[in-house]
Amino acid sequence: MGFKALGLEVFPVMGAEDARSTFRQLTRAGESYAIIYVEENLAEVLGSEIDKFKDVPSPAVILIPGREGPLGYAQAALKAAVERAVGSDIL
Amino acid sequence: MAVTPTRMVLNKLKNRLKTATRGHKLLKDKRDELMRQFLEVVRKNKELRARVEQGLTDAFSAMTVASALMSREMLEQALLYPRQSVELGMGYKNVMSVKVPVYEFKTRDTDPADIYPYGFAHTSGELDDALHKLALVFEDMLELAQIEKTMQLLAQDIEKTRRRVNALEYVMIPEMQANIKYISMKLEENDLATKVRLMKVKDMVLEKAHDFRYP
Repeated sequence: MGFKALGLEVFPVMGAEDARSTFRQLTRAGESYAIIYVEENLAEVLGSEIDKFKDVPSPAVILIPGREGPLGYAQAALKAAVERAVGSDIL
Repeated sequence: MAVTPTRMVLNKLKNRLKTATRGHKLLKDKRDELMRQFLEVVRKNKELRARVEQGLTDAFSAMTVASALMSREMLEQALLYPRQSVELGMGYKNVMSVKVPVYEFKTRDTDPADIYPYGFAHTSGELDDALHKLALVFEDMLELAQIEKTMQLLAQDIEKTRRRVNALEYVMIPEMQANIKYISMKLEENDLATKVRLMKVKDMVLEKAHDFRYP
């Protein structure tokens, strides 16, 4: 909610289905969002959708911790990227 | 091996091998440099993420305190209409022929103290504090977005380059070398056969003309 005061656009979602459809709407070709911050507790639901945007320059989908604090999904994504590039997990 | 053992194919193969070797060397250099940059980005990413996670946790807990001190309606009303608006410009930077995004962040209001979209009369000081923390962490978040995207794009390109290097090193180049060897041996064999045939014919001609025989 606080992000709204900073001038960001906020899209609250209720449940998995809502999250998916909102995410799809935001990433549709006509939209011009360059960065989408997704709370980590939605990472599981949106996993495959987020993966689609790993290889394209825009938009950037970034996981941020929600109210519960860091859940480790972002860390896992970092590990996956390293593993992909290096061939093994060196962290 | 489906190559025709002719001189033309041999020359062509030799040229291809030269190109492949040079390409292999170049791609290997590219891979190494990409890897160096990637590891740098990863280190920075880890650092930034830790900072963002810490900052957001702080900001959220401050927000929780603020919402405990104010009624829900008041809080929502205070934050309902943002005064600040953010515009994000995006450019691209070229890192070893990988296009990575560079974000440029513009706020409509340049005064950083001017993020509070409400009057101070009916809100608690904790809310100001929470918003201030959020504004601070947002700058890191923006940088994190850029770094993380760069990391993903680099990872993808490293994977691609690595595959290419390996394909050249372990498949294409050995295959071409084997083919070249095969053709040159075949040609040598042909040469030998021709020579032997000529000698034989010479003997036959000599025998017919002068009745000459080797002892």
